[in-house]
Amino acid sequence: MDLTYSDTHRALQAEIREFARTYGHLSPRSGGGRKRPDQKTLDWQRRLLERGYAARTIPREYGGYGGASDVLEAAIIADEFSRAGLSPGIMNQGISMLVPTLLEVGTEEQRRRWIAPTIRGEVIWCQGYSEPGAGSDLASAQTRAVVDDGHFVINGQKIWTSSAHYADMMFLLCRTDPDRPKHAGLSYLLVPMTTPGIDVRPLTTMTGRAEFNEVFFTDVRVPVDQIVMGRGDGWHVANITLKHERSMLGDPNRLMQRVHRIRDLMTRTRIDGVRVADMPELRDRLLRLQGEVMASRCHYLRLLTERARGEDPGVKQLIVKYFGTTLGHRLSALAVDVLGAAGLVYEPRGEAAEDDEATTWHIDYMYDIGLMIGGGTSQIQKNIIAERGLGLPREPKASARG
Amino acid sequence: MEFGPNDAQRLFERLVRKLLADHLPMDALHRLANAGSGFDDRFWSALTELGVAGVLVPERFGGAGLGVFEAALAAEALGYHAAPTPFAAAAVMAPLAILGAGSEAARAAWLPRVATGTARLGVAFETLAGSTANSAVERRGDRLSGCLESVVDLAGATHVLVVLDDGTLAVLPVDGPGVRAACRPSLDRTRPPGQVHLADAPAEILEPGSDPQRLACSVVDAGRTMLAADTLGAAQSMLDRAVAHAGQREQFGRLIGSFQAVKHMCADMVAMLEPCRSLVWYAAHAQDAIPEEARVAACHAKAHLAEVGREVSRMATEVHGGMGFTDELGLHYWFKRIGANRQLLGGPERCRQEAAAAQGWSTA
Ligand SMILES: Cc1cc2nc3c(=O)[nH]c(=O)nc-3n(C[C@H](O)[C@H](O)[C@H](O)COP(=O)(O)OP(=O)(O)OC[C@H]3O[C@@H](n4cnc5c(N)ncnc54)[C@H](O)[C@@H]3O)c2cc1C
Repeated sequence: MDLTYSDTHRALQAEIREFARTYGHLSPRSGGGRKRPDQKTLDWQRRLLERGYAARTIPREYGGYGGASDVLEAAIIADEFSRAGLSPGIMNQGISMLVPTLLEVGTEEQRRRWIAPTIRGEVIWCQGYSEPGAGSDLASAQTRAVVDDGHFVINGQKIWTSSAHYADMMFLLCRTDPDRPKHAGLSYLLVPMTTPGIDVRPLTTMTGRAEFNEVFFTDVRVPVDQIVMGRGDGWHVANITLKHERSMLGDPNRLMQRVHRIRDLMTRTRIDGVRVADMPELRDRLLRLQGEVMASRCHYLRLLTERARGEDPGVKQLIVKYFGTTLGHRLSALAVDVLGAAGLVYEPRGEAAEDDEATTWHIDYMYDIGLMIGGGTSQIQKNIIAERGLGLPREPKASARG
Repeated sequence: MEFGPNDAQRLFERLVRKLLADHLPMDALHRLANAGSGFDDRFWSALTELGVAGVLVPERFGGAGLGVFEAALAAEALGYHAAPTPFAAAAVMAPLAILGAGSEAARAAWLPRVATGTARLGVAFETLAGSTANSAVERRGDRLSGCLESVVDLAGATHVLVVLDDGTLAVLPVDGPGVRAACRPSLDRTRPPGQVHLADAPAEILEPGSDPQRLACSVVDAGRTMLAADTLGAAQSMLDRAVAHAGQREQFGRLIGSFQAVKHMCADMVAMLEPCRSLVWYAAHAQDAIPEEARVAACHAKAHLAEVGREVSRMATEVHGGMGFTDELGLHYWFKRIGANRQLLGGPERCRQEAAAAQGWSTA
């Protein structure tokens, strides 16, 4: 165990503190769900990229900072941003899921083309996986793509597609080889959302906002080189993406920042004249959550260390999405309780403007349930943890439909 | 930078685990637990030989010269095997107290004997340790009178180290004049709680260090970290047993581990417990190297492990069905040990209160 800072680490810390002092006021607020990044957010992202506070380890040729992978550096950056209450940069499906997937299995051409604009926040991606008949059982996806004249021609329907109403691109899981077994007949395509034949119909979620969509495909044509890996590799690639989605959803730094925000809210809120921060029951709930967030943060550092050593994280990685999203929901639930009756005024301002504090927390409180469902439900996570992580027997399957 | 044990630390852990696995098969555990003394000479000698008793004693006093981090690795292993032995007080709190107290002479007198396992100090707090015990001691010069309850590691102890209200440290031999020391019948058959009556008993008052209260608190913090690590090991042991059982017991013509209700209990247990390991490591490391975080981390580790331990110990018992409720299976040793760890040195609510105070969030 060694958490000592080298001189470089101390310098990095000082540098970020200086950055926070100088530019902190330019940070967009965090929380409150997803939107297309506005100019303020894009400018902030540009600053972070220049200094390597975002995309630190992504190679320079793909628009990243090209830093060496250093566990402590990553932790220092996350820590300092969290402490200063600054936005750690854009987190969206392109940055957190597609970029690492391309780094892992994309072609050189695909990396050069897509990574840089994606991490700058200029190209927004959506994830075309779920279908009306294929949710938890994702491998049964039926959206078809057939090859015709150097193109895939896509027909079918996706649903619950977050951000599709403003996304530029989609990574799409579709069936290219219906005659092969279920998992072997899928492919993973990169599809521009402006392609003719794509019809996006927003769905209003329980937060009252249009956050996800139905997406219909009618003879949508994309060149055959827009495939990641080969035909029939879709399930493999989709799972790489899901792995990254699941670790993003369990991000402990986001949770630590929430602890601090709730603590601050508790000092400003009074119930019948008594500061909530001085009410033992509510304070104990915060303390309890702080301990759990601390555990999850330590767990994250451990995973980074073990990854750097080249060890297989096994069950340690598989639990992250499940406990991270559950913990996130309990945190926003506490915030909602601290806000109390006065927090019931709910005025979502839409994608153009920032929401007030109470609205933001209420949106998070609801959205967190969405996070428990999206990316594989908690129940599916528990199946995976128990079967792949603990080696318990698989469930008997209803006969496969092929 | 490395978050987790290094090679040397892992080797130490492996050796301790090996020794415990050799010494404590279930029949041996039953035997020692039935005796209920919480101490076994042979077993203690073996532990001592491995450097467990002197883990924190500096090398110049004949110890292993390791840190609280290594001690926590040992504590986790002891919890994993529900080892009926002193440790948290005898090998961690007492030597830390003596190291932090004033005089080199006392260190030279006590620490070598701690390292050889011949001086085994139980630790008793008058207050400061979040306990419900009715302890009160009156001091006149170097003589103490009163009663101390919930003494940690009185089993097999040669001495008791008393931490008074103001942080004063006093050492008394358990068989000295005016001292009546005894272990009480215990829920946790592996580590009985001690009680000490003092009637004008002559004590060795250790020369105070620069800040006795602070030292007393850091002794409590280290003790809490050990109990958290012990619970971690004990809960891991219960989880491992539950998973093994679920993978071999059949009902309705299927392995019970293929039922989601069972599978999901196991997933919940591991999802709760695995991050606890990192928290315990961090808390232990903070005792060694990050003084400004030491108290908060210890309080959180103690509190959080108490909560997770409670859940895991219930669910693991449930997974075993009726078998889990029997005396014979022995699963209850871990259940009770986790229960005892929760109460000792302050329950979770008290520990969180202290974590709040340490962060300036309240006046606890
Ligand atoms: C906020 C949000 C954003 C999303 N964004 C996207 C996106 O961008 N792209 C995308 O492709 N999808 C997205 N999704 C869809 C999401 O991935 C699916 O909703 C999810 O995988 C569950 O599928 P389903 O809705 O069909 O539910 P179902 O699969 O029908 O599940 C319903 C219930 O049954 C349970 N269940 C199902 N199978 C099992 C089983 N084998 N064992 C135990 N329980 C089971 C589930 O846990 C759940 O409780 C999003 C969802 C939400 C809520």
